[in-house]
Amino acid sequence: MNIIKQLFSGNSRQFGMIFALVALVVFFQVRTDGLILTPDNVINLMNGYSYILVLAIGMVLVIIAGHIDLSVGSVAAFVGIVVALAMRDWGLPWYLGIIAGLALGAAIGAWQGFFVAYVGIPAFIVTLAGMLLFRGANQLFGDSLTIPVPKEFQAIGAGYLPEIGPNTGYNNLTLLIGILGVVALVWGEFRGRRKAVSLGSDVKPVWVPIFKVVVFAAVILYVTYLFATGRPGTSFPIPGIILGVLVLIYGFISSRTTIGRHVYAVGGNRHAAALSGVKSKRTDFMVMLNMSMLAGLAGMIFVARANASGPSDGVGWELDAIAAVFIGGAAVTGGVGTVMGSMIGGLVMAVLNNGLQLLGVGSDWTQIIKGLVLLAAVVFDVYNKSQGKASFIGFMMKKLGGNNNPDLEVAEPLKGTIKTEA
Amino acid sequence: MKPRRQCELGGAPTKKSVVEGVSIMVSANPVILEMRSITKEFPGVKALSEVSITVRASEIHSICGENGAGKSTLMKVLSGVYPFGSYDGEIVFQNSVCEFKDIRASENAGIVIIHQELALIPELSITENIFLGNEPTKFGVINWAEARLRTMELMARVGLNEDPDTPVKEIGVGKQQLVEIAKALNKSVKLLILDEPTAALNESDSQHLLDLIRGLKSKGISCIMISHKLNEIEQVSDSITIIRDGKSIETLDVKADGVDEDRIIRGMVGRTLESRFPDHTPTIGEVFFEVKNWTVAHPQIADRLVCKNSNFNVRRGEIVGIAGLMGAGRTELARSIFGRSYGNYISGQIIKDGKEITLRNVPQAIKHGLGYVTEDRKTLGLNLLDDIKTTTVSANLGAISKNTVVDRDKEFSVAERYRKQLRTKAPSVEEGVAKLSGGNQQKVVLAKWMFTDPDLLILDEPTRGIDVGAKYEIYGIIQALANQGKGVIVISSELPELLGISDRIYTIFEGAITGVLDKNQASQETLMKRMTAATKSA
Repeated sequence: MNIIKQLFSGNSRQFGMIFALVALVVFFQVRTDGLILTPDNVINLMNGYSYILVLAIGMVLVIIAGHIDLSVGSVAAFVGIVVALAMRDWGLPWYLGIIAGLALGAAIGAWQGFFVAYVGIPAFIVTLAGMLLFRGANQLFGDSLTIPVPKEFQAIGAGYLPEIGPNTGYNNLTLLIGILGVVALVWGEFRGRRKAVSLGSDVKPVWVPIFKVVVFAAVILYVTYLFATGRPGTSFPIPGIILGVLVLIYGFISSRTTIGRHVYAVGGNRHAAALSGVKSKRTDFMVMLNMSMLAGLAGMIFVARANASGPSDGVGWELDAIAAVFIGGAAVTGGVGTVMGSMIGGLVMAVLNNGLQLLGVGSDWTQIIKGLVLLAAVVFDVYNKSQGKASFIGFMMKKLGGNNNPDLEVAEPLKGTIKTEA
Repeated sequence: MKPRRQCELGGAPTKKSVVEGVSIMVSANPVILEMRSITKEFPGVKALSEVSITVRASEIHSICGENGAGKSTLMKVLSGVYPFGSYDGEIVFQNSVCEFKDIRASENAGIVIIHQELALIPELSITENIFLGNEPTKFGVINWAEARLRTMELMARVGLNEDPDTPVKEIGVGKQQLVEIAKALNKSVKLLILDEPTAALNESDSQHLLDLIRGLKSKGISCIMISHKLNEIEQVSDSITIIRDGKSIETLDVKADGVDEDRIIRGMVGRTLESRFPDHTPTIGEVFFEVKNWTVAHPQIADRLVCKNSNFNVRRGEIVGIAGLMGAGRTELARSIFGRSYGNYISGQIIKDGKEITLRNVPQAIKHGLGYVTEDRKTLGLNLLDDIKTTTVSANLGAISKNTVVDRDKEFSVAERYRKQLRTKAPSVEEGVAKLSGGNQQKVVLAKWMFTDPDLLILDEPTRGIDVGAKYEIYGIIQALANQGKGVIVISSELPELLGISDRIYTIFEGAITGVLDKNQASQETLMKRMTAATKSA
C-alpha cells in the first residue's frame, strides 16, 4: 500500500489518468489477442485522432478560461475548404496554403473572441452561431462538393518520417525521437528533484523517481518500437509530430508562463483576476482566437489525410474535443484542467473507439459506452468535489485500511472509468 | 387544510409565552436542547471532541469561538447537514433523542438554521422564497393568494415592510435576512440557529435584527447565535458557550456572571488579551496622495452618484480610516479610485507625489503603486482553486518572470518569505487557499499586495470574518506597512477597530465625505454623528 501511496501522491490526478489509459490498453490487448498494440494499429490510431487532439489542446484552454467552443468542427471544415480552393484555383503553394489556413482560423477566432470578450455574449451562443455559420460557409464556398488537395499538402495529414541514415531495420528518426523522449524524461525528473532538495521541500525516497522513470521509459521505448517497425514506408506520422510539438509548446505556455497563469486566473475567479490586474477580456479574446486557429490547423490535417476537403468534414468534432478535455479532468466551471490531461483524455476516447472497433462492436454500442464513460468521469469528478472526499485510489486505500492521504483530495475522474471497465 | 394548520401553529407560541414569560423570571426554563459529548472527526482532523451544550426554552444562547474552533461544525451536526451516524454523541431535542438524517428532518422537528450566506433565490419574490419547497397547494396547483396573504402576516411579524411580490435581489441584505427569518417562522420553528446574522448588516439593520430575535424569544422561540461581534453577543445573550479547539470550554450565564467582552475573549483565546491593538507610534510624513472632487456614477443607473465630489488625502506612514454605514459608498469610492474598477467616472483628480495621475484600469493603478484588498475575499479577492504561492505572486507576475516565463523557484521563495513574515498557518505554500481559515486567507491576500510593493494600500474591511487573535496580527501587519512609509486606507464597519488603528478618520455618508477627525478627537459618538449627518440635516 505504501508503495502505491508514494508513487501517486503529489501528482495523483495525472497518474490516475495514465493508469486508466494503461488499464484500457491492457484490457483491449487481452480481449483482441494483441491486435491493439501492433505497429499498423498504433500508427492508424495516431493518424486518425491527431486532429481531435489538436482541437483538445485549444479546447482545454477555452474551458479553463470558463468558456466553451462549439464551432470548432465547422471552423475546421471551412478553413479546410478555403485552403483547398486557394491551392486549386489560385495555385497557392502548399506552405502558403497552410499559412493562409492558420491566418483564416485566427481571423475567425478574432471574430468570435470579439463577441465573447468585448460584447460579453456567452461563448456557448457565439460559437453555436459560428457552428451554423461556418458550416454553411463551407458548403457555400465548396458548392457542397469535394475539393482535392495537392500531394505535397497531403504530407501534413498522411506523411511519415523519412528513412535516413544506416539501415538498422528500424526507422532511424523515430528511434531518435524515442531516445530524446527518454532523455528528457530522466533529465526532467531528476532536475525537478534536485531543485526540490535545494529549496528544502520534502522529497520522496530515491527509489520512487527511479521506479517512475524506468516504467515511463519502458513505455516510451515500447511505443517507439511499435512506430519504428511498421510496414515499409511508414513510421512515426507527421501529424503526430505536429501534435507533439503543439503539446510541448502549449503545455509550457499553460503551466509556465504569465499568459497561462492569466488563463487559469480568469477561469478560477474572473473578478479576483481583474482586481489583481489581469486583463481578463484580452485573455478571453486570445483564448478564443487561439482555439479557432488550432481548429483551422486540425481541419487542414484532416483534409490532407483525406486527400480532399468535403462538405461534411468536422461534423461532431467539437463534441469529441470537449469530451477529451472533461475526461482529462477539466472542470465545467473553469479554472481547472491541463493540456497533458486532455491529451490522455483524448487517447482514452481514441483507444475505446479503436478497441471496440477491433472487437467488432457496432457503432451503436461504441457510442453508448463512450457516452457512459464521459458521464462517469464527470460524475466522479463532481461527486468527489462536492463531498470533499479522497480520490478513487485514496478511497480504495481507505477501504484497504491505509491512511487517508490528504494529497489525494483532488478528484480523479478517470479512475472512475477503470471502475466501469473492471 | 394545510395552510390553516400552519397559521394555528404560528399563533400558538403567543399563548404559551405567557406561561414561559413567567418562568424566565425564575430562570429555570425547561431544557429544550441538549447536545451530549458530540465528537466529529474528519479524515485526519478531530473537528469536535466531546462538545456538550444545553439550550433552554426561550433563551438566546450564543456560541463563541475563534474561526476553526468548531462552531459551524457543531451547528451542522445539529441541523442534520452531517447526518446521524457520521458523529458520536447524542442530541436530545424536546425530551426525545433525535437522529436527523438530513436538514429536512431537523426542520420537521423545528430546528431551522440560517446560514451566513443566505439561501434565497435572488430572482424570486419574497413570497416565492418564503414558500419555496413548501408551497400551499390544492390538487397540486399553488395557491398564490393564500401564500401571499400568509407572507404578509409573516412579514408583519418580522417587521418587514415590503411588497411581497418584490424580487429578493431588490431588497437589501438586512431585509433579506428578515425574509430568511420569516421563512423559518413559516416552518413553525422552535429553535432558530443564526450563523453570523449581522456580519453583512449595518448598525441599524443589525439592531433591528437583534430586537427581532429578542421578540421571538419572548414568544417562546429559542435561538442559537454564532457571531464574531462580541458586543452584540453581550447585548442579547442569556448564556454563552465558548468553544476552543473543538472542545466546549465553559458556559457563561450572562446575567449572573457579569460577563463582558473581555471575559468572552479570555475564554476564546485561552489567555488575556492585554490590548486588542498593538502599540504603535506613527511617523507621519507629508501628503503624497490626494483625491480631489471625485465624482462617480452608478454603473447601471447613470444619474445616481455613488461618490459625490469627494476630497481626501493620505500622508506617508499614515493609517487613514474611512467610516461609513454599509451602502454609504465606501467600497465604491475605493474601487473607483483603484483603476475605475467600479462605476462610471465622471470627474475628479488623483494627485500622487505632486503629479496628477490617471488610472483608467487596474493594471495602471497597480503600476502607480496602488493596492486594493477587497471586503469580499471569497468572490472578489481569491481564486479558491489556487494555492498560496500562485496567489501570492498573482498581482505581480512580472517580478518573477522573464519574457513571460514564470520562474517557479522565485515564486516559491517569495511565497515562503511572506508565509514566514506574516506567520501564515499552513503546512506549505503549496496548500490550497480554500483550505485556510479566514485569517490566514487574509494574510495571503495581504502578502499578494505587499509583493506589489504599493505606496498606498486600500484595505476594505480587512478583518471581516476573522477571529480575535488573527485580527491582532493583521493590525500589526498594517502598522508595519505604515512604518515603511506607505499610506494605508482602512475601510471598516467596526468603529472600535477604526478608532484603534487609524491616525485620522474620514466619515462618509451617501457618497459624500462628511468630515475628518484626528485620532484623539474621534469617538464612536462623534463619528456616528458624521456618518449619519446628512439624515439629520435633510
